[in-house]
Amino acid sequence: MAVSVDEAVSTGPTRERTPPTRRLGGRGRSVLEIALLTVLAVVMLFPVLWMIETSIKENRDVYAVPAQFFGFSVTIDHFKDVFVAPGGGRSDLSVAFLNSAVVAGVSTVLATVLGVPAAWAYSRFAVKAKKDQLFFILSTRFMPPVVVVIPIFLMYRQVGLIDSKLGLILIYTAFNAPFTIWMMKGFVDEVPAEYEDAAMLDGYTRLQAFWRHTLPLLVPGIAATAVFALIFSWNEFVFAIFLTSSDSVRTAPPAIAGLIGGTTTDWGLVAAASVVFALPVLVFAYLVRKHLIAGVTLGAVRR
Amino acid sequence: MAGIEVTALHKRYPDGTVAVDHVDLSIDDGELFVMLGPSGCGKTTTLRAIAGLERQTTGDIRIGDTLVNDLPPAERDIAMVFQFYALYPHLKTRDNLAFPLRAEGLPKAEVRERVAEAARLMRLGPLLDRRPRQLSGGEQQRVALARALVRRPRAFLMDEPLTNLDAELRADMRTEIKHLQGELGATMVYVTHDQVEAMSLGHRIAILNKGRVEQIGTPLEVYDRPASLFCAAFIGSPPMNLIEVEVADGKLRGQGGLALTPPPGLPRDRRLVAGVRPEALEVTEPGAKHSVPARVVSVEWLGDEIIYVIDHSGQRDVRVRMPPTVRFAADAAVGLRHTGKTPVVYDVSTEELVA
Repeated sequence: MAVSVDEAVSTGPTRERTPPTRRLGGRGRSVLEIALLTVLAVVMLFPVLWMIETSIKENRDVYAVPAQFFGFSVTIDHFKDVFVAPGGGRSDLSVAFLNSAVVAGVSTVLATVLGVPAAWAYSRFAVKAKKDQLFFILSTRFMPPVVVVIPIFLMYRQVGLIDSKLGLILIYTAFNAPFTIWMMKGFVDEVPAEYEDAAMLDGYTRLQAFWRHTLPLLVPGIAATAVFALIFSWNEFVFAIFLTSSDSVRTAPPAIAGLIGGTTTDWGLVAAASVVFALPVLVFAYLVRKHLIAGVTLGAVRR
Repeated sequence: MAGIEVTALHKRYPDGTVAVDHVDLSIDDGELFVMLGPSGCGKTTTLRAIAGLERQTTGDIRIGDTLVNDLPPAERDIAMVFQFYALYPHLKTRDNLAFPLRAEGLPKAEVRERVAEAARLMRLGPLLDRRPRQLSGGEQQRVALARALVRRPRAFLMDEPLTNLDAELRADMRTEIKHLQGELGATMVYVTHDQVEAMSLGHRIAILNKGRVEQIGTPLEVYDRPASLFCAAFIGSPPMNLIEVEVADGKLRGQGGLALTPPPGLPRDRRLVAGVRPEALEVTEPGAKHSVPARVVSVEWLGDEIIYVIDHSGQRDVRVRMPPTVRFAADAAVGLRHTGKTPVVYDVSTEELVA
């Protein structure tokens, strides 16, 4: 059954937002606001801007003293270097990007496939010691992941998961599943259980009712949750650098970090690799932005 | 249509909560049966067990002659109306109505005919091409009722269907449901926590408390002779006055000497409480015949009547319903006397009706 998601998450007529009354003199205040926001924007965006600029500069402009803001010659050599090895063929970085895509993608899908039904079950059924179970699930996220990196390393060495994509996928899934369960439980709680009850009285089994009525209403939530899970896996650095060593397995974050050091650093290449690294997440978030917003605001409205 | 028989129903959740302790119900074919009780009393769980949405831990449920314990909801041939309507948000009214029929696999012509019939019964004509969010709460609930109707089920289960409507609409829908039930001769089990709804709708009312049935009876029986102290305190607004009494020289006497006619067959040597409806008492001028001295604590002017809260020898919450013509000020010294029929009497220790 085709269900329009926009409809399911429609927040009703948008209300005109009236500006709050200003206590300070209107004009002086807004000038101050704009000035502060400008400073903030510059501070926040300058590194990004500099990264993009460096990625398209000729090497001699990259290392120029004083630094060249404008009037440098533009090149796409660095981007070519990201994907193509010096002697032709695929570069190590391009392999790393592919690894990242596989690891982040598969672990996100796994966490979602495991987490959404779990969240549904926790939301709908009376489970023994439900609160304790949920707290236990959440507690795995209390500590910073780096705390467990040594034990994980030792365990992985025992079972032969060191330096394998499967190892990374498993650990990322393990870290994303609790997050998915908790976030999705919130979304499932918002969908009245009566839809499923009604569908069951209309002749469906419980699973069919979930699949046909609840799941379509959860799509915005799933999209939002998956984006967060994807960003976590895509950006993850600590496990990636500890648990992988070979270029054929290594993901992008440690691979890019590996470019820095040695006698000289090819900053143009680092910048270009970073731009390529940042793009997919931005694009993905942009594509699902409607669901992201719906996902974040769902629950703000009392049904 | 069919009757519903619930025998020794018990529902215990995996986390140990007992939602229904022991419930026996015998609902007649064509009866509008109301389950009334405070939240957490087990009325909704009982209803959901009848629907098949919850599996009871022990006990039997029969719909008509069929034992339905192990049947999934769809095979029990019942329809349910929910508090939150549960209309499928992506379907137009027409398709919401047709949905259960299509799920059954009925031929198109019959689906169309049945939808038209239900739409006519619930006057949904102009709403057929709208989606749920384009409907008001009352309209949504009418669509939900119609969706229950199209199935032509053996029984209707209603789970607080009017709770989310505003007061005026609620009264209208109450009339509508009662009318509909009568017209169809439908067996209807109606769950509510609203005693006004229960009294005005039910042929019979079951009052539930803590997973047990406290009383089953017609609205008048339930009002006149509450079977337990719980029922006495639950039904009526304001509720029954519960006055500690003892038997002395052929009279029931409360503290401060308020005299009540004793019912026959009162047990001796037990602490007793008399239940006296607010309209069975009267506030008089101080010193009037048969009255005992009392004081007005507060006065609630309701327009068509006045509720006096009376302090009578230390019991500060005796409520008396009086016509609006009789007026006493707060804090006035007054008389209090019993004018009604023989009161009901409860045993304090068992909390049950003794006479």
